[in-house]
Amino acid sequence: MGAMVQYLQPLFGEAWPLVWTLLKIIGIILPLLICVAYLTFWERKVIGWMQVRIGPNRVGPWGLLQPIADGMKLVFKEIIVPTKASKGLYFIGPAMAFATALAAWAVVPFSDGYVLANINAGVLYLLAMTSVGIYGVIISGWASNSKYAFYGAMRSAAQMVSYEIAMGFALVCVLMVSSSLNLTEIVRGQGRGMFAGMGLGILSWNWLPLLPMFVIYLVSGIAETNRAPFDVVEGESEIVAGHMVEYSGMAFAMFFLGEYANMILVSVMTSIFFLGGWLSPVGFLPDSFLWLAAKACFILFLFLWFRATFPRYRYDQIMRLGWKVFVPLCMFWLLLVGVWMMSPLSIWK
Amino acid sequence: MAAIRKFLKSLLLIELFQGLAVTGRHLFVRKITVQFPEEKTPQSNRFRGLHALRRYPNGEERCIACKLCEAVCPALAITIESAERDDGSRRTTRYDIDLIKCIYCGFCEEACPVDAIVMTRIFEYHGESRGDLYYTKQMLLAVGDKNEAQIAKDRAQDAPYR
Repeated sequence: MGAMVQYLQPLFGEAWPLVWTLLKIIGIILPLLICVAYLTFWERKVIGWMQVRIGPNRVGPWGLLQPIADGMKLVFKEIIVPTKASKGLYFIGPAMAFATALAAWAVVPFSDGYVLANINAGVLYLLAMTSVGIYGVIISGWASNSKYAFYGAMRSAAQMVSYEIAMGFALVCVLMVSSSLNLTEIVRGQGRGMFAGMGLGILSWNWLPLLPMFVIYLVSGIAETNRAPFDVVEGESEIVAGHMVEYSGMAFAMFFLGEYANMILVSVMTSIFFLGGWLSPVGFLPDSFLWLAAKACFILFLFLWFRATFPRYRYDQIMRLGWKVFVPLCMFWLLLVGVWMMSPLSIWK
Repeated sequence: MAAIRKFLKSLLLIELFQGLAVTGRHLFVRKITVQFPEEKTPQSNRFRGLHALRRYPNGEERCIACKLCEAVCPALAITIESAERDDGSRRTTRYDIDLIKCIYCGFCEEACPVDAIVMTRIFEYHGESRGDLYYTKQMLLAVGDKNEAQIAKDRAQDAPYR
């Protein structure tokens, strides 16, 4: 890596910082898109296995080329724009959903120091980006000029706003205990503590003292990404595909990619906030990017597992869970953590 | 007490974990998928697939154009026209089955007094253009000629129950 930089830097001269950043962006996005493609494959396989089926196994060895075939199909499909759609917004919608899902990755620390933008307000940037992504859904639902798409957009607006509150509160607890908005600092903070000193880092991570917040963050994350059992926004049996109902071909694929990129993002975020990011669970193994990947894969598997297990929530149940269960629970735990930190029993000194 | 138990049950997600355990177990269960072109499920000798017209061992076609099958067909998929043949016997000049209309109920086979129209075990057939699945007398006879051994065996196996 160092040698390559030495060789390339004089080549570009003044433009080097820009080129170097672009290279880093490509280095994040390309593997991410491959992960997204294979996440769809993995999802179909896991859900198949849980339903005592085999899942896709015809395209390529063990079906491994299935996502490529799906992608090719979507690329060559015609994009049909409804006659009365608002054309500009109609195409901005999926682009917003997809672009924000990718942009949020700028602040993700993959390993100590390996982060595109190590900014101090990383958590805020992340919340902002995921919030803007919701506009993609709402805009596309409105621009499609179709009642089902509009229903989907309305549902998504209500649901995502509700769960963002619980998500935000859960993160406030994390911020309190790590006293930083910088994601790298949050991970480093989890590497300190009584258990970490004993070589049992896994017990020092935030998930244990903040267990209810961990659960709430995970469940809110599922709701934020519109995954089952919170997928009323798409709700196949009720409103067909919600905001995506009028989209086809690549425009539809953008939503699809955005949704799965968001899934991976939420998994990585859960790993960073609560499962110690790239930190090793035990003292005798080195910290590494692979730990983050393994943790994210575990959370992603939970996403798929939940989808294979739970039936869809009714709409009012979703609202009830968000407002009447999660928000009070968050408030209570926030208070508890605050008192805990001020008491002599604090473990975050 | 019951209220507290219910509260804890929902707060600790007990039932959700039980559900997860069920799907978690099924992740490792032996899969029951049949890999179709390579593996096939066993077929009954009464399987109702593609139709065939049969002949007697001497080569004479069985059908006597009584038109019972045409009359009984609930989907009106069968069309028969008949005429007197040179030797004075009554035969079909046209015997068409529109497989797109056919509902594979097997009534035609039940109605036939001479076991001429039968349904075979063949189910992997297709048409690539409009009209490909409109079977004429010649096509049905050809299916019968090709699969006579299997057809006769299936009929013999079913005979005791008729």
